[in-house]
Amino acid sequence: MTKRSWLTGSPAAAVILPIIGLAAAIALWWLATVVFSIQPYLLPTPWDVVVKFFDQPGALLSETGTSLLETIEGFLLAIVIGVPIALLIVRSVVLERLVYPLLLMVNSIPKVAIAPLLVVWMGFGQWPKIVMVLLMCFFPIVISTAQGMKSTPTELVELMRSLNATRAQEFFKLRLRYAMPQIFTGFKVAISLAVIGAVIGEFVGATKGLGYVIQQSGASADTTLAFAAIMLLSVMSIVLFYGLVLLEHLLLPWAQEKR
Amino acid sequence: MIRLDGVGQVFDGREGRVTALEKIDLHVRGGEFVTLIGRSGCGKSTLLRLIAGLLPPTSGSVQVAEEPVTGPRRDVSFMFQRPALLPWRSVLSNVMLPVEIDKGSDRGKAAYRDRAHQLLELVGLQGFERRLPHELSGGMQQRVSLCRSLIRDPQVMLMDEPFSALDALTRTELSEELQRIKMELATTIVFVTHSIEEAVVLADRVVVLTPRPGRMREVVDIDIPRPRSLAQNAYVTEVAKISARLHALLSEKDSEDRR
Ligand SMILES: Nc1ncnc2c1ncn2[C@@H]1O[C@H](COP(=O)(O)OP(=O)(O)O)[C@@H](O)[C@H]1O
Ligand SMILES: [Mg+2]
Repeated sequence: MTKRSWLTGSPAAAVILPIIGLAAAIALWWLATVVFSIQPYLLPTPWDVVVKFFDQPGALLSETGTSLLETIEGFLLAIVIGVPIALLIVRSVVLERLVYPLLLMVNSIPKVAIAPLLVVWMGFGQWPKIVMVLLMCFFPIVISTAQGMKSTPTELVELMRSLNATRAQEFFKLRLRYAMPQIFTGFKVAISLAVIGAVIGEFVGATKGLGYVIQQSGASADTTLAFAAIMLLSVMSIVLFYGLVLLEHLLLPWAQEKR
Repeated sequence: MIRLDGVGQVFDGREGRVTALEKIDLHVRGGEFVTLIGRSGCGKSTLLRLIAGLLPPTSGSVQVAEEPVTGPRRDVSFMFQRPALLPWRSVLSNVMLPVEIDKGSDRGKAAYRDRAHQLLELVGLQGFERRLPHELSGGMQQRVSLCRSLIRDPQVMLMDEPFSALDALTRTELSEELQRIKMELATTIVFVTHSIEEAVVLADRVVVLTPRPGRMREVVDIDIPRPRSLAQNAYVTEVAKISARLHALLSEKDSEDRR
């Protein structure tokens, strides 16, 4: 740690700076509502939103729990399906050419458009939501895993060969390990999309979850409630994202330090 | 120890066929230190990879220890221009990699661990066993790589420009260490370099290759007494004389007249 300034170097700044940024944004929001004297049904003040939450914290938290569960389940499912598919794609050019355009096509479909279809196919339970999350997360996870698996430096492959490593050893001791940072990058992109997927899923044929709350508050013009739900979604997103960052730090200390 | 008879290598590259090596007849005795020089692209790395069993020759035969080479051998180690360390492994566990990969090693793991500590001490890295590669300088990383290639007491060491990415001082130190290790272990070494001086200082014999396709232009015996050094050298004039000769051999443009 040579001549880096306090702002970029110290761990305290890494925590304080985002908080300052957040506080400034909230202050601006507040200022806007006051200066332009905006009606609460158009844009509530931050304070209104906080009050709204504490009106019924239990109910809102339980809705958050529902969305959180769907998000995590869909995300894990995307990992369980996406990572092996990526590994297969990397192994075989034929498979890559066969599957890649298909993946691209599925990914390019506007997910909102198929939300009602999922309900038709899977009913009103949590499955259409989980599948929606899966659809959102799947692509970045496959892409980054495939990319990571292709990024092994040739000299390391040659080293393993010169040591007479088996295919399995080369895979587990080298390629997969080397791909981990890139796989994690995919996870971090996917987790934010996962939350969006859960909300889209809950917009259609749902009876609970934060997406459902937002939908309902729209119908009853309760903008403040919608904002409270949105805030909870943001918090959920942030917590999930930084949870992954923390996990990466613990599992791949060697990758962090490289920067 | 190493025997090449009429070895040729032709690659089917994208821009047609490339004859990398042609009519290579080389016999390296046990315990001998042979350096290999030639212009870049003349097939030096290819020659090492043939001896290492990483590549089957398109013509001729390659033998190590009186046996035809069919694949990488346990008693042959390869060292690359770059350290090729696994970034998530500590120094010690990088050195232990060959032992870990080849489960059928003759000694117990504990014995190898002792040997690893011994080797790390030999190259001045005691106390760094738990460090990760990125915490070390380039020279230190290459020392780790050297320890790794020594861990199984190889009969033959193949070294592909191992010091070329290092600063002059580190390179001088390492070439002295290598000579010491070689004297102690009586290893047979084939060492590729593009530094003429390094080739002279290290070698018992220098093999000069012609540019594309690589053929053997000349084999030069070096009779200067050891230990030799790139730094303070009691035999400056001898080294200079041979270097000048090698330089002339390398810059001769005609490769046809020596067929
Ligand atoms: N795997 C390969 N496929 C096609 N051509 C290759 C391959 N490896 C090496 N070559 C070609 O063979 C020649 C010798 O390469 P190399 O042995 O790396 O040279 P050097 O190590 O002396 O610089 C070069 O022309 C190179 O382009
Ligand atoms: Mg080379």
